[in-house]
Amino acid sequence: MKDEAVAKVALVSCGSEYAGVHGELESVASSVNAKLVYPEIEVDILDDIGKDFGIEAASPDLRLMMARATAVVEGITDVDGVFITSCFRCAEAAIVRNEVRSYINKHSTLPVISYSFTERTTAATLLTRMEALTTIARRRHLLAREKQSGLTAGIDSGSTTTKAVIMKDNQILGSGWVPTIKVIDSATEALNSALEEAGLKKEDIQAMGTTGYGRFLVGEHFNANLIQEEITVNSKGAVYLADKQQGSATVIDIGGMDNKAISVEDGIPGMFTMGGICAGASGRFLDMTAKRLGVDITELGDLAVKGMEQNVSMNSYCIVFGIQSLVNSLAKGSTPEDVAAAACHSVVEQIFEQQLQEVDVKEPLILVGGSSLIEGVPKALGELLKIDVLVPPNSHLIGAVGSALLASGFLEE
Amino acid sequence: MANVIIYPTNSLILSDLVKRFGHTPLAMMEKIKEKISTVGVDSPPLNITAEEPKLGLKYAAVEVPAGVRGRMSMIGPMVERSEAGIIVGESPMAFGCMGCARTNELTKYLIRTRDMPVLELAFPKTDEEGQEFVYRIAEFLRSLPQQEEGKE
Repeated sequence: MKDEAVAKVALVSCGSEYAGVHGELESVASSVNAKLVYPEIEVDILDDIGKDFGIEAASPDLRLMMARATAVVEGITDVDGVFITSCFRCAEAAIVRNEVRSYINKHSTLPVISYSFTERTTAATLLTRMEALTTIARRRHLLAREKQSGLTAGIDSGSTTTKAVIMKDNQILGSGWVPTIKVIDSATEALNSALEEAGLKKEDIQAMGTTGYGRFLVGEHFNANLIQEEITVNSKGAVYLADKQQGSATVIDIGGMDNKAISVEDGIPGMFTMGGICAGASGRFLDMTAKRLGVDITELGDLAVKGMEQNVSMNSYCIVFGIQSLVNSLAKGSTPEDVAAAACHSVVEQIFEQQLQEVDVKEPLILVGGSSLIEGVPKALGELLKIDVLVPPNSHLIGAVGSALLASGFLEE
Repeated sequence: MANVIIYPTNSLILSDLVKRFGHTPLAMMEKIKEKISTVGVDSPPLNITAEEPKLGLKYAAVEVPAGVRGRMSMIGPMVERSEAGIIVGESPMAFGCMGCARTNELTKYLIRTRDMPVLELAFPKTDEEGQEFVYRIAEFLRSLPQQEEGKE
C-alpha cells in the first residue's frame, strides 16, 4: 500500500476536532496511506449556504459542512474520496449528514462514507471503511474487471466461517467452507478442500486474493497478491455472480458478525455502510435461533418459510433480548416455524431500520453471505422492501469469488 | 390545477389562498383529520402509532428522533405528491408551525430540492409588505397549470 500515492480524503464534518476522536481519524487515514484534507471555502458562503443548499441548520458548523460538500462537488478542492462524519445522537447533524451524502453521491463520482462517532470511536472501527474508500479511489481499474482469468484462488476469512474457491477461466473449479476456529488453520483447511475438489495442487495457483476479518494474517501466510477488505471485494463478487456488472445495484451482505449495505454502480461501490448495532442483526442471531430450536442452521430457512412472523413478537435489536423473546414465545406455545420466521424478519427489519437509510436502494437488490441461503431471510427482506430479492448462485462464497476474480488482475500487471 | 405543498405545513391562510386560486393545498390539517377520524387506531390524540416513525425512515435516518420521523411520515408523502410549493420563512407561530425545528429544516429542504416551481418569501411586517406578499403568492398560483393534464 505504501508504494501507492497518498489518497486525499475530504473530511466533511461539523467538528470532530472537538469530540476527542480526531487523533483516531488521522491514525486510520495514515494506516491506509491517506491524508485528511479540509475543503476550502470562502467564509462569506456561510451566510447563505443554508438557503443555497436548502437546509437552514441552526448549527453554524453544519453550515460549514454543507459549504465544504459544495466545494468538493464543484472541484474547488481536489480529493479522491469523502468522509462525512458527525456526532452520534445529534438529530440536526443526522439530517444534514444524510443529505450531504446524497448530494455528493448525486453530483460526483467520488466514493463517500458517512459515520456518526462517539468519543469511543477507534481507528480500528473505521479501518475497513477507510480501506474501502481509498481502494475505490485508487484501484478503479482493478474493480472494473468483469472476468476472471488464469488460475486463481480466493480466501474469505470471515468471523464465523472461512470460505475458499479455486477459479480458472471464469469458472469455479472447487470450493471449501469451514467454521473459523484458528484463522490460518481454517483457511488452510478451506483452501485444501477447494484444491481437492478442483483436482489441483497449491503450486498450480497463479495468484491469490484474501478478504474478511482474517485477511491480513491469511494473506501474509499465503503470500497473497491481493489483501483486500470485504466491502469492495464482496460487491464485486455479488454483481459478478448475479451477472449484474453493469448499471446500478444494491448489495446486502448479512455476515456472521456484521452487515454491509452497498450501493454499486457498474460494479464499483459508491455509498456503503457497515454495521448492525448488535449481533441481533447478524447471522449469529440466526445461528443461535437454529440451536435453540434444535435444528441445523441449514434447516432454519425451510422452517421459516412455513411460519408466520406476525404470530411472534420478536425484536432482535439486542441479541440477548432477542433470545429472551424467542424463549418466551416457545414457552407460550409458539410453533418453531413461526419463531424461525420471526427471527428472519427481525434480522432484516433491523438492517432496514439501521442501515438502508444510508444507501440509495436501487434494484436489483442482491443478497449475499451465508444468511442468504436461509430461505426465510430473502423472503422477509423482499416482503419488507416490497421488491424482488436476488440471491445469486454460490452467494455464500461471495468474498472468496470476489477475491479470486480481483486477484486475476495481478496476472496481467 | 396543481397540488401545492405549503410551509408552514399547517398554515390556514396559505391553504385558503391556494384553494381560492383553484389548486389543491397539501397541508397537515388534512392529514391530521385523516388520522383522528380513522376508526380502530388506539394511540390518541393523533393516532400516530409506533409504525409511523418507521415509515418516516424513508426521509430521515434512524438516529433522527422518533418525533421528527413521525411527523415526516405525514409530511414526506405530501412533498412527494406536490407539483409546486410555497415556503414562508420567519413567520409568527400563529401563522403556522410544526413545533419542531428539525422537522421544519428537513421539510423545507425536501420542498426546495424537488424539481418543481417553488416560491419562497418572508412573512410581511408592514401593510405594504402584506399586500406585496399576497400579490406574489397570487401571481405564483396563477402561473401554475389550471387544468389537469389530459383534461383540456
